[in-house]
Amino acid sequence: MNNGKPINEERQVFMYGNEVVVWAALAAGAEFLFGYPITPQNEIMHYWSHLAPRYDRGFLQTEDELSAGFATLGGIMAGACCFSATSGPGTVLFQEPLSMAEMMRIPLVLIVQQRGGPSTATVIYSQQEVFLTAFGGNGEGLRIVYSPGSHQEMYDLTIKAFANAWEYRFPALVLGDGYQAQMREPVTLYDPPRRGIILKPPSPLVGLEGVPGKEREPAHWRNAFSVEEELYDALKPIIDDFHWAAPTLTQKEEGFIEDAELIVVAHGIVGRSAEAAVRELRKEGMPVGFFRPITLRPFPDNDIKKVLHACPRLLVAESAQGQLAKLIRIAVGGELEHSIEMYTYFRPGLGITSEEIMREAKSVINRKREESLSAVLL
Amino acid sequence: MSERSMPLSWRKETKPHKFCPGCGHGLVLKALGMAVDSLDIAEKVVFGCDIGCSLLAWDFFDFDTVQTHHGRVVPFIVGAKRVRPNLVGIAYMGDGGAYAIGVQHLVNATMRNDRIMVIIVNNTVYAMTGGQMAPTSLPGQVTETTPKGREPFREGYPLRGPEMIASFAPEGAYIARGTVSRVRPLSHVMERALKNLLDDRGISVVEVLSTCPTNWRTDAEDTWKYLEKEMTDYFPVGELVSS
Repeated sequence: MNNGKPINEERQVFMYGNEVVVWAALAAGAEFLFGYPITPQNEIMHYWSHLAPRYDRGFLQTEDELSAGFATLGGIMAGACCFSATSGPGTVLFQEPLSMAEMMRIPLVLIVQQRGGPSTATVIYSQQEVFLTAFGGNGEGLRIVYSPGSHQEMYDLTIKAFANAWEYRFPALVLGDGYQAQMREPVTLYDPPRRGIILKPPSPLVGLEGVPGKEREPAHWRNAFSVEEELYDALKPIIDDFHWAAPTLTQKEEGFIEDAELIVVAHGIVGRSAEAAVRELRKEGMPVGFFRPITLRPFPDNDIKKVLHACPRLLVAESAQGQLAKLIRIAVGGELEHSIEMYTYFRPGLGITSEEIMREAKSVINRKREESLSAVLL
Repeated sequence: MSERSMPLSWRKETKPHKFCPGCGHGLVLKALGMAVDSLDIAEKVVFGCDIGCSLLAWDFFDFDTVQTHHGRVVPFIVGAKRVRPNLVGIAYMGDGGAYAIGVQHLVNATMRNDRIMVIIVNNTVYAMTGGQMAPTSLPGQVTETTPKGREPFREGYPLRGPEMIASFAPEGAYIARGTVSRVRPLSHVMERALKNLLDDRGISVVEVLSTCPTNWRTDAEDTWKYLEKEMTDYFPVGELVSS
């Protein structure tokens, strides 16, 4: 398959999030999408199936997400850059192909547009697939998970997901949500190589050149082992590679940390509300900062530790019942865990506005000020 | 010698193979190896194994081979074939993988007429996990999960997979049932199935009646009798769809 370039000169566009994903995948050289319908990611398949023939790319609507995932793995191992997209219960089914990708180092790229859970719940929005994308499957969570905060990041991070999946050979997920999927925003589309982004050309793991057994060794790929030691010997280097790559992979955004008395931590679209809230609060003279993990796996452990050393009081806001908060606790660990003061604003399956975060942050700051005042008066 | 005892495409370094004594898998893989040898297509083959006893075939051939997950070898091979149409994709699986946990893949790959070959080893039992009832277990068959025998009123009748997909198989499909009791005819069936792919006509599905004395708890005589009589009576051998 050839890769006719879908984007040459940079272009300013106004697009839906699902459309942005498709342009990013085209720009990153994705050759084939295997997908199954589930809201709110359907338009990824729609735009792709319309655009794919124009750029000589392929599409297959499969019978379920298991099939989409395993066909994607088959396509990648046969040497093509393939990806898929899903949501909610589809993300659950995707754990099976994702775990095979972890074990066999297959660069599976998966776009997840979160919907409400548990169960069928809503088709609209949530941030409830954090654990599922970061640690789902029977294994060790050897994946890269990006949480974009804007359509521009949706474009940038989808391209990055392809680049890093193929560079480091771990599955890479872009964790968007129904709001991002279904709203329109201005985005700059660009050709990745023109911005110095290196996208490794795909290479096959099976169907290699030459007669196997005569001109070369046959390629034999396994994921089942007979004894515990055999598994450990196979798995340990994969875990080591993940830890080795983690510092280069982690990404975050932060602001107004220096003199902050409270740090608002949020990811994805809520991270954007958090940043807006902090900017408003600063205008009112409130000493508040923000921290937004962009990679949820690997988590920017050291960055958040640094921030919490400077200011151990944080407000975690998320559209889930504490999934990000738990990731923070794991990241912080040890001594710091006991010294941090964590306030939470959990709204599972609900959107969070900057006004709500301002209100919550103000209430924490004012309470703290009253406490210290009453301590002085006593 | 008119017939090689070991097909050229078998990997010598991994023989003797890892299947139990009396297991039919070796004979199925012999028939496949003979067919690949005769068509001289080893270079094009991507061989995928399901999970269950079929996973033991992961290093059996001098083919590029991938061990997949239970029931998922069909979509895996579909994916490989869709991006590299010149490959000969072979999905190797048991009856549990094909007719229970992965049946949706077999049905939909047949509906789409995906240009892949599916080999289903039917030994009427989940063998690797210790002998539970399979979709193909015969009425009255004693298994670990049907200690009093499969009771059709409760557990249903065995699934005739090839007949099921033959009922809607599109033009160009090749669907057959063979048996390990006749390896040379089985190898001819495999060859026809592979030719069907090489001619880009449609999907090729071959079910093979096979033996599992370990889980059947039968001696050589009863093993053979079960295969030749009970199984063959319920699952007729022959071509169901061909052109």
